[in-house]
Parts: sequence; structure tokens; C-alpha cells
Amino acid sequence: MSMNRRTVVKAIAASGALMGMGALMPRVALAAWNKDAFTAKDQASAMNALYGGSAEASANVMLKAPAIAENGAVVPLSVSSDLTDIESIAIFIENNPTPLAAQFMVPAGTTADFSTRVRMGKTTNVTAVVKAGGKNYSATSEVKVTIGGCGG
Amino acid sequence: MALFRVKAKAKGGKTDVKMMAKHDMETGQRKDKSGNAIPAQFLDTVTVSHAGKVVFEANLGTAVSKNPYLAFEFEGGAKGDTLDIAWTENTGASGTESGDIK
Repeated sequence: MSMNRRTVVKAIAASGALMGMGALMPRVALAAWNKDAFTAKDQASAMNALYGGSAEASANVMLKAPAIAENGAVVPLSVSSDLTDIESIAIFIENNPTPLAAQFMVPAGTTADFSTRVRMGKTTNVTAVVKAGGKNYSATSEVKVTIGGCGG
Repeated sequence: MALFRVKAKAKGGKTDVKMMAKHDMETGQRKDKSGNAIPAQFLDTVTVSHAGKVVFEANLGTAVSKNPYLAFEFEGGAKGDTLDIAWTENTGASGTESGDIK
């Protein structure tokens, strides 16, 4: 792909801005993979390890999940939120061996709307937790699984 | 061989990105035919940058399906721009790839 003058200028401007930000906020390094949270065996401890506490149910967190999943190995999920100041969004699958499925950071300029596909072993509650402005907000939805997605 | 297939489309000042990795996302819970546990091997972080700025960063666990699908949207981006993808595996393996915005 050819780099025209405009994109070069933009790239330089962007990297300059990034360097400036780095100087101002040394903690800009985004959250690393949280081993304690991803290996926790129950949702409460995973939640504690990741976000340090429980979450308040909120209508501003939207979780799109099928009511019935025929194949638990591939369950499409979408999470979004219209809250402001969102840091990250996490997905928990309560009855899985390790409930924390994924965590999405929300850098400035990125829409708080993510889709992915997950596995679930059996019928379970799925909870999306949004960390915004230092608080936790959640939405929960039950997915009935006819064929489990774990095991052979 | 590229791990990720990227479909990114710039529209109305935003870029819509859909990507899929060709990866088994082995959980470590499965056993092979002789009953031995198959060791876990999964993508644990995926980061996408545009023009030097991180636009997507995900930490993934073993519950993410085989051939992980990830979709997101960010402000900016134009047709012909490059998206830089960096990934790591729980095994310590890592790599970088790129995709174009269409």
C-alpha cells in the first residue's frame, strides 16, 4: 500500500501525540492478562480478581445472547454500553470451569460495542460487566444449551 | 501463514472491523483418545493498532470459541490504511500481522 504524504503526516502527528501522552500518564500501559481472574473457578472470585468487587445491574449495559444455543461450542455474543468513561468490558459465563471468558479494553475513539463467540458447557447465566468511571455495571442473560461445548 | 483474516471497512468516519483467527483455542480440559490431557494452547491477548494508536485490545480466556471471532468499531481510519495486529498465546508464542482497511 502506498503511503501518501497525508498518511505520513498523520502517522507522525499520532505518534507525537502518543509520546506526549506517555510522558503525562505513565500508567497508559493497558491492563495485562489477569491470570488470577482468568483461572478463577467461580464467578465471584473472577470478578473480584478482575474488578475488585461486585457490579450493579444496569440498563445501560446491553448484552445480546441467544436464549437457546443449539451448539454450546459456538455461541455468538455481543456486548455494548452507552455509559461514558468506559475502561473495559468483561464477559463471564457462570457455569463454565473458568467463568471469565474475555475482557475488552475500550481505548478512546473505540466504540463500546464488541462481538465474539464463546463456548459454554451447559445452560448458564452470561454476565457482561462494564467498568466505567471506577464503578462496575452489569447485564445478565440466561443461555440454554442443548449440546455442550466443552469436552471431546 | 496468516493467523488472522481481517475484514475492515471505513464508513462515515468510523472503521468497522471483523476479524477471525485460525486457532484451536485448546482449553486444556480435553483429553486425547488414550485419556491424556491435551495441554492448553490459546490466544490470550490480541491488540490492533491503527497509525500507531491502539484501537482494540482484548484479553481472552479458554471460553472463547475455536477460531475466535472478534468485531469492533473505532473512530478514524480510511480506505487503504493498515491495521497492525499483535497477538500472544498462553504458551509464550507471539506474532504480528497486518490487515488493510477497505
